[in-house]
Amino acid sequence: MAPNSISRRDILKTLTMGAMAGSVLRVIPAQAAEYAHHMVATEKAATTAGVYAPKFFSPLQYKTLQALCQTIIPADGESGGAKEAGAPEFIDLLTSENPKYQLRLGGGLMWLDAECSDRYGKPYLDCLPEQQKEILDLIAYIKHAKTDPAVSQGVEFFAFLREMTADGFFTSEIGIKYLGYVGNTYLLSFPGCPPVPEA
Amino acid sequence: MAQVVRSPKVYDVCIIGSGAAGGTAAKVLTEGGLSVVMLEAGPPLNPEKDFKEHVWPYQLPHRGVGVGGEFRHELGDEFMAPNGAWEIEGEPYTSAPGSQFHWFRSRIVGGRTNHWGRIALRFAPVDFRARSTDGMGDDWPITYEEVSPFYDKVESYIGVFGTKENIPSAPDGIFQPPPLPRCTETIIKKSCDKLNIHCVPSRMAILTKPLNGRAACHYCAQCGRGCITASNFSSSQVMIPPAQATGRFTLITGAMAREIVVGKDGKAESVAYIDKATRSEKRVHARAFMVAASACESARLLLNSRTTLFPDGLANSSGVVGRYLTDSVGSSAGGYFPQLEKMPAHNHDGTGGMHLYMPWWRYDRKNDFLRGYHIEFGGGRGMPGVGEFDWICKDHEGYGASLKQYCRTRYGTYIGFAGRGEMIPNEKSYCDIDPDIVDQFGIPVLRFHWQWSENEINMAKDMQETFRSIVETAGGTFISRAKPDGRHPYGIEDGGVIIHELGTARMGSNPKTSVLNKYCQAHDVNNVFVTDGAAFVTNPDKNPTLTIMALAWRASEYLIEQAKKGSL
Repeated sequence: MAPNSISRRDILKTLTMGAMAGSVLRVIPAQAAEYAHHMVATEKAATTAGVYAPKFFSPLQYKTLQALCQTIIPADGESGGAKEAGAPEFIDLLTSENPKYQLRLGGGLMWLDAECSDRYGKPYLDCLPEQQKEILDLIAYIKHAKTDPAVSQGVEFFAFLREMTADGFFTSEIGIKYLGYVGNTYLLSFPGCPPVPEA
Repeated sequence: MAQVVRSPKVYDVCIIGSGAAGGTAAKVLTEGGLSVVMLEAGPPLNPEKDFKEHVWPYQLPHRGVGVGGEFRHELGDEFMAPNGAWEIEGEPYTSAPGSQFHWFRSRIVGGRTNHWGRIALRFAPVDFRARSTDGMGDDWPITYEEVSPFYDKVESYIGVFGTKENIPSAPDGIFQPPPLPRCTETIIKKSCDKLNIHCVPSRMAILTKPLNGRAACHYCAQCGRGCITASNFSSSQVMIPPAQATGRFTLITGAMAREIVVGKDGKAESVAYIDKATRSEKRVHARAFMVAASACESARLLLNSRTTLFPDGLANSSGVVGRYLTDSVGSSAGGYFPQLEKMPAHNHDGTGGMHLYMPWWRYDRKNDFLRGYHIEFGGGRGMPGVGEFDWICKDHEGYGASLKQYCRTRYGTYIGFAGRGEMIPNEKSYCDIDPDIVDQFGIPVLRFHWQWSENEINMAKDMQETFRSIVETAGGTFISRAKPDGRHPYGIEDGGVIIHELGTARMGSNPKTSVLNKYCQAHDVNNVFVTDGAAFVTNPDKNPTLTIMALAWRASEYLIEQAKKGSL
């Protein structure tokens, strides 16, 4: 009884580094999913005008998170960015429940502010746009972790935040539309494939 | 422990387990006029409530990956129907030092058919004659010709799509028409044609035409979430309802079988089980017993059914219960295919799982290993999910507009391949009872011993080489994490990971070397049958579920005959 033939898991597994090692695979009962769904819906409804109240990050940190998410996946002529897609909410919710994420993202944001204070005398949000660009251009590339050990923690942090931001954006309504995914519907017959261009 | 409650009723048959084997037996036995009681360790399944078909990720706050993102990169997610787990709280199992084994168990009506990939492959004639063919392992006491009519019955009843291909390693069955291939599949088929690798429509237990009141598939690719229209097969939606309709079927859920109790005459007379709701022990009496709890769970039940008459466990005078444990050889890799970047937006969903697959194609020559494997593959423009863009982010790095565009360009350009090959039983791979540990119900747990042999590792090596040539012939870039050495040489998975455990109470004509006769009936106790994967003699490169159902159907018809003759 193979897992749904070749599944999303098989695909992800070959793409991700060591994520499977030692992990305990578990499937939750569907009720838990439903519970989580209602929980955040209630959460949203309880706050004024449906504004999300961060559960883990401090209000200031959350602003920094929102800014970083939007910088990683910005709005453009075609769609909104990560902020409009709810990526910061998604990241905050998961982080509030996961001590490892709290270290990587919570600690990472504090690292960023400390680094900016050292370099520019101000936390990230108060830095000038060119200063923000300078630090991000450093931590956005793995090669800098090797050439400049002082930023290696920042590189690790930013790589994870980039993946979580992509998760948040591309699983949102606007992100899925931006990708052009067509499906999740009822068809009477499967139409097969339009002509494929040569490799 | 609370008081023992005796049930005064004696059923004709007690079935332990509600999955592929138990469900099939329930349908055939009740329709054959027998009264049946079924014990299932888990709760009932409620499709209206439990299934998450057609839910979008953004409709769930965790976007499908659960509290704290625990399912990022995992087998399960919030969308999946409740269907089983690698770890069950309060019900441990152990691995002997140096062994790595993973045991996926389902505690729910329908068992692992709720999770099953619906790949429905017949064994080939040669698969029943392993020892006669290459001198390794053993022959089955039955032939393909004896099982074939039961494959016909199962396929006709559950509905399997496929095509007649006349491939010796993959016998044709009774098929509904297959769906058209997806883009990813047309690209790979072209490549396989160049390499002389068979690439044909897959054979899946998913309806493409209505059957017995079940609607045809609506092509949402979400079989794993559970199917509200029961267009895919599961025991809970396809086998249990007809049994219930006979009025001769009693289902007891939350019932964890502890022991098959034997009377003074040496015949089984009841099953002692734990009623999980009250944590009390109860008994159910029957004239015959069908153990169908999954290969390892069935072995555990037999081994734990010890009496002075059967000191090594029920039906175990041969000492082979738990032995000959096998799983499929699994190894995977993938590729990036630039031609998929240029595809216009289109619906790629299809059925749950693959529309094409590669049956074993080198049966006519000598290879670096005995036996064979088939290849499953998938990928392309599916519903986006959490974790899916990690590789693209790693590849691009940076941030901003170019990252956003790059993710869209690369979306759906990956195709993954998974080999599924035959493991030959070996002395070092088996399960027994852990001498030290019991579960929360006081039932001694299984301990697994596991070792791959050279043959399987050579097979995994060959899989990786084949994946590479298919990817590169198609103009793709090969991506694999497999290394020739380490704990997983050539990417070979740990034992149990492919979830095809078989062989732990194998059938045979010699009672000294086998547990069951060719009707899945215990040599030692003639009113005990084991109808699940435990009965298998070999574990060929075909997913076992279809054969489990065919053998359970056959054993059930035999049991009905015996009951009519009064010889149980």
